[in-house]
Amino acid sequence: MKNALGREIPEYIEGYGVVRPFMGAFANYGMRERASVRLRSVKPGEQKLLATIDEALDKVGIKDGMTVSFHHHLRNGDYVLNLVMAAIAKRGIKDIHVAATGIFPIHEPLVEYIKQGIVTGISVNYISPGPVAKAITKGLLKNPAVMMSHGGRPRAIESGDLHIDVAFIASPEADAYGNINGVGGKAACGTLSYIIADSIYADKVVAVTDSLAPYPACPIDITQDFVDYVVVVDSIGDPGGIVSGTTKVTSDPVGLRIAKTAAQVIDATGYIKNELSFQTGAGGTSLAVAAEVRKIMKAKGVVGSFGAGGVTGYIVDMLNDGLFRNIFDVQCFDLKAVASYRDNPRHQAMSGSLYGNPHDKGAIVNNLDVMILGATEIDLDFNVNVVTGSDGTIMGASGGHNDTAAGAKLAMVVTNLTKGRLPVVKDKVTTVTTPGETIDVLVTERGIAVNPRRQDLLEKLKETDLPVKSIEELKEISEKMTGKPEPIEFTEKIVAVVEYRDGTVIDVVRQPK
Amino acid sequence: MKITKAAQAGASESSDILIMVMPNEEGGIKLELDSKGVILKQFGKQIEKVIREKIEEMGVQDIVVKAKDKGALDYTIRARVQAAIERAI
Amino acid sequence: MKQYRKSILFVSGNNPKMLQDAPIFGSDGVVFDLEQAVAVEEKDSARLLVKEALRFLDYSGVDVIIRINALDSGYGEQDIELIARERPFAVMIPKASPEQITKIESKLAKIELEEGFPAESIKLIPVIETAYALQYVHKIITSSPRITGVFFNAEGLTADFGMQRTKKGEEIIYARSRIVVACRAEKLNAIDTPFLDSNDYEGLEKDCYRARNMGFTGKAAIDGRQIKIIHDIFD
Repeated sequence: MKNALGREIPEYIEGYGVVRPFMGAFANYGMRERASVRLRSVKPGEQKLLATIDEALDKVGIKDGMTVSFHHHLRNGDYVLNLVMAAIAKRGIKDIHVAATGIFPIHEPLVEYIKQGIVTGISVNYISPGPVAKAITKGLLKNPAVMMSHGGRPRAIESGDLHIDVAFIASPEADAYGNINGVGGKAACGTLSYIIADSIYADKVVAVTDSLAPYPACPIDITQDFVDYVVVVDSIGDPGGIVSGTTKVTSDPVGLRIAKTAAQVIDATGYIKNELSFQTGAGGTSLAVAAEVRKIMKAKGVVGSFGAGGVTGYIVDMLNDGLFRNIFDVQCFDLKAVASYRDNPRHQAMSGSLYGNPHDKGAIVNNLDVMILGATEIDLDFNVNVVTGSDGTIMGASGGHNDTAAGAKLAMVVTNLTKGRLPVVKDKVTTVTTPGETIDVLVTERGIAVNPRRQDLLEKLKETDLPVKSIEELKEISEKMTGKPEPIEFTEKIVAVVEYRDGTVIDVVRQPK
Repeated sequence: MKITKAAQAGASESSDILIMVMPNEEGGIKLELDSKGVILKQFGKQIEKVIREKIEEMGVQDIVVKAKDKGALDYTIRARVQAAIERAI
Repeated sequence: MKQYRKSILFVSGNNPKMLQDAPIFGSDGVVFDLEQAVAVEEKDSARLLVKEALRFLDYSGVDVIIRINALDSGYGEQDIELIARERPFAVMIPKASPEQITKIESKLAKIELEEGFPAESIKLIPVIETAYALQYVHKIITSSPRITGVFFNAEGLTADFGMQRTKKGEEIIYARSRIVVACRAEKLNAIDTPFLDSNDYEGLEKDCYRARNMGFTGKAAIDGRQIKIIHDIFD
């Protein structure tokens, strides 16, 4: 069958199940029910502190076919997923579904478990290029991987679509009765937002820490009433690994040029005014947009309501400069953000669900004015791909891309028009992550394209001397330089299912030939 | 035109291509192209075509070409092939 | 046509990425440098690269200027032979002298005729970077009707004098003044020397004000990030 974007998707996918096809970004709202939770209540006097992960595996009754979950706030510095999975593998347990919020190169041991059938399923909302992404692309995983968004994952957990048997929570600091915080300890990572839904809905919750605090481990991010056990290990991770990826304003002249144009577009369309709410990713160009917006805000004397997202030191500086009253933080991208979250009450955490869940009573993305997004590819319908490279290799996952695009009043993609020899504007993107109906503007170094759905923006931009073109023109300009790419051939094997934030299937990733 | 010695042009840097040429004792045009998979899959044929066209345009019959591409556009490939050949004759 | 009045952006003629990106920064002109930015052993390769770039890339929104090598370097003649046939907006002549300009003129005239370009359509921009050129600047700029302006290269001049260059530029006050007067008298563009610390935006701003207040029409840039500031000041 074809979904609303015309992507060819089977009605049933082996290892995934019946497909609910994507019907449109806003087609799926209304009455919802949350899953009920089974838990074992804790009697006064019971102890939660365990000596080893093995003991925890005994206590939670780990067995074949279970779903275990992890968070990625320690990013490429996380040791917990590997520690737990090694202990599970040693027991000869098979058919584990790893529901990790994020997977990084450090999680390479998963590849071996995939090959051995110890891990047969992966659900993930962020993945960086590396060995696990490669293994999934190659089709080594028995069941297709499920790519979710940051808001889609808690939606799936809360609705019961994704049932977590055991959540292992890397806990920078915890006390023996299960209170957890992200700002203390040896590997402080800041907020623990992505694992909040797991802590509430998982059958069992195990806090894994290397810094056991005296009771209570304030300021608490996850409270004891959700936690079954606490395990102390030597190290939960390397805080230096949190700062993976770009978290500095780019010095590349082209990136800066794009950023300047992007800020001019935001200004010209009237969004830079008091109460502005703003989010940007951590890429160098995205941060450069923040830097340019900051200049305009300062010049105009504008005070924004909040900055949101994965937070970098740069956004913290804007808070401290008085350019925003608050920060909503779903993930700290560097240690400055961690410190700010710890010390500044105006820097507030939001759970993944509060951030982007489409089926709660209103996520914070709904309050966003301006969202700056990246793209691997964008097509003539403004559909965006951030999951696969143009050769079909898995390079990333949705993250908050489609959540923020759906919520923000101005969802803007900033990207180089060509990356090396690769054109970014395509007739059809290789994989759709974010539907074009939620993308408003594309800004490149060689011109700006406005989604025709946004005539209002187009009218405003036409009054400026900004280089507004149609997206078809931009495609033509880039293909004059790069040439027309030859189509990539795929096998019929589906290696990943891309879920839209509402749980419908927006696309699938087939194995490239 | 006859290739008499090994020579190279270009660079192994972003958006450039390093072209190494040498005589081909066995005769004919022998071409080895190295680039990222994502480029080879989508532009490999085009890059080879540009290299061969330039070689033919310069009237070279026997040559070994090794190309290390880093995302060069067609014009860069043409210029680097020509420079390498001119240095090798 | 004197559209490069406010800014010209220098890029190495041997760097494909810079050649591709050059037109996006909104500068009035781009200068593809075959001289200073290109090592002796790469002169041939850079010349071919610039030639192919002019055929392939879209530079319709910007004046393309080629800084050739001086004729006495042994590379200049080939530079002209190859590049002029792609009809750049102008050729920039290092270590300018009336004699050199005369020679280049006749080469250009021949190429224009052979290629069917209108006569004198390829312009000239002499570089003032020697004591000789500074002394005879008026003679140089009036030596050909193709000359639309000059580029002042302070690095070259201070090296010629054995002087130390500073960010403040007190050592070049006389040279700047002399060049500006000559250009203004002939109603030609006077493009000031670039500010070499591309991360020092404040320094660039000050240097732009100095040059503008002395009468320069514009300033050269060595980094795309400098263009906006230059345009804001040389309005």
